[in-house]
Amino acid sequence: MADGLEIVHPGLYTTVQDLGRFGFQDLGVPPSGALDTVGLRQANALVGNRPGEACLEISYVGPVIRVAAESVRIAVSGEVRLAVADGGPPRPLASNRSHRLGRGDTLTVGAVSGASTAYLAVEGGFDLPPVLGSLSSYGRAGLGPLGGRPPVAGTILPLRLGQCRDSDEMTFAKPMDYGAGPVRVVLGPQREAFTEDAVATLLGSQYRVSKEADRMGLRLDGPKLRHRVSADIASDGLVSGCIQVPGNGLPIILLADHQTVGGYAKIATVISADLPRLGRAVPGTVLAFAAVTVAEAESLRRAQENGIQRLIREIVPVPATGIDLDALYGADLISGMVDAVSGLGR
Amino acid sequence: MDNFRITDLGDTAFAVEFGDGVDPAANARVTALRHGVLLARRQGGLAGLVETIPTFRSLLVQYDPLLTGRAVLEAEIRAIAAQSAAAPAGGGRTWVIPACYDEDLGEDLAELGRAAGLSRDEAIALHTGAEFTVYMLGFMPGFAYMGGVPEALRRPRRASPRLKVPPGSVALADALCAVYPWESPGGWHLIGQTPVSFFDLGREPPILLAAGDRVRFRAMDRAEFEAARRDSTLVAPERLLLAEDP
Repeated sequence: MADGLEIVHPGLYTTVQDLGRFGFQDLGVPPSGALDTVGLRQANALVGNRPGEACLEISYVGPVIRVAAESVRIAVSGEVRLAVADGGPPRPLASNRSHRLGRGDTLTVGAVSGASTAYLAVEGGFDLPPVLGSLSSYGRAGLGPLGGRPPVAGTILPLRLGQCRDSDEMTFAKPMDYGAGPVRVVLGPQREAFTEDAVATLLGSQYRVSKEADRMGLRLDGPKLRHRVSADIASDGLVSGCIQVPGNGLPIILLADHQTVGGYAKIATVISADLPRLGRAVPGTVLAFAAVTVAEAESLRRAQENGIQRLIREIVPVPATGIDLDALYGADLISGMVDAVSGLGR
Repeated sequence: MDNFRITDLGDTAFAVEFGDGVDPAANARVTALRHGVLLARRQGGLAGLVETIPTFRSLLVQYDPLLTGRAVLEAEIRAIAAQSAAAPAGGGRTWVIPACYDEDLGEDLAELGRAAGLSRDEAIALHTGAEFTVYMLGFMPGFAYMGGVPEALRRPRRASPRLKVPPGSVALADALCAVYPWESPGGWHLIGQTPVSFFDLGREPPILLAAGDRVRFRAMDRAEFEAARRDSTLVAPERLLLAEDP
């Protein structure tokens, strides 16, 4: 049998994702890919992978995985409760650093805190066949590895490396700052389909991420946005971040699994630098919006990219001895995953 | 004066719009611009372009803002649009798609016909007699929006969408015809089913139709439909090589 990670329990909604499937949107194929591309890049960096290597995207609560290989190096980016057992009682592990696991070890990826998504990378990546050039999963049309669907108990995710390299474990010198404050948008493309009042309402109110939040988009609750005549337009192209407003006046922010064309008027588009933040947003998150120009959006994106590259450059070895304080701090919270499952249906 | 406008979609895309509605003339210009863009791309131009999405009336241009900038790419696309404006709508292939129009496969056909004062056979004859043009793909992988529905068969979409439309369903809404490649919810009127797969990863390319293609439907009886469903090698859509030119 090939070296791999065996899924013992799949978690709430775990999928294989990379940076997206581009080049087929003219055929109706959504881009998909990681909701939080920064998180994916961070996990990969910790195990020495190239930035866009496919990871497991974890939604709210992660999987239980058994190592069916000589050894494997893993890293989970995000604040996630982790525990490993090798026959004895589980030991806590810290997220945001790499760990070497041995054959038969069972890794429990518990609840993600403060965000909806986290990423698990394995050194060398998964040995899965790309579909239309990408390892991103798109369940609706069965595109991606594993037929585009989440792994189930018993699934073996084959590894490219049957054994991890002999190297230091790595962590970040500083944690990633996703930023706070208003979500920046560029108004349009159908700004004129809305009343002036609607634009002022979007930019002057608070919206709350509703329970209807998934890989396709975030439906928001808050003041209604009025159309001048109608919510319907002759369908045109979409990108992640587009804020569609159907006839009920409540905005929907499109995320990675969005359809490629749509017939609802779009009042604004979230800038690319703020998309990773929205890809992590949990129901109940309060959002405010601020308008910027395209040129401002471009320079915000460049500044963010410089920050991410600095963060990744400044990855440092974990001290070889000493107590893993982060893990100890999180240890008593591992049992919390049960509450998280019942409280967050999706 | 350019008779198009450019609209903003954040810092990763803009749209070049040639019209507001479902419009064959605007669609021909979209197709011409897209061909110009693909040609420039093949010649090594348009650095940072990710891809384009053609629609009825607009071309979405998606880019990587770390590799190019809006000002640079927009100028390049404007130059291509100016040159491609006069070009005829390009190439396109003509396909003949077999479909079975039996009552249980096309539940709304009788009602569409009644509304137009047509018998069932007359409604089928109208649909199989029409030539459709693929305006765009979207909504789901392989879903082709085809214009050219005869006036008598045009009805607005159903007030309450069906929760499950079977894959292969041939459907009409207003002036548009489409085939659902996947089971999905849908509000269009169902008139029949085809055994032809519009999206198949085992095929190269996986998508049957492209924007600019033309499509005619051919009625097949139930026995032929069932046989084709059992044996997918029987359902190769016929491509009319004679009809390459517009």
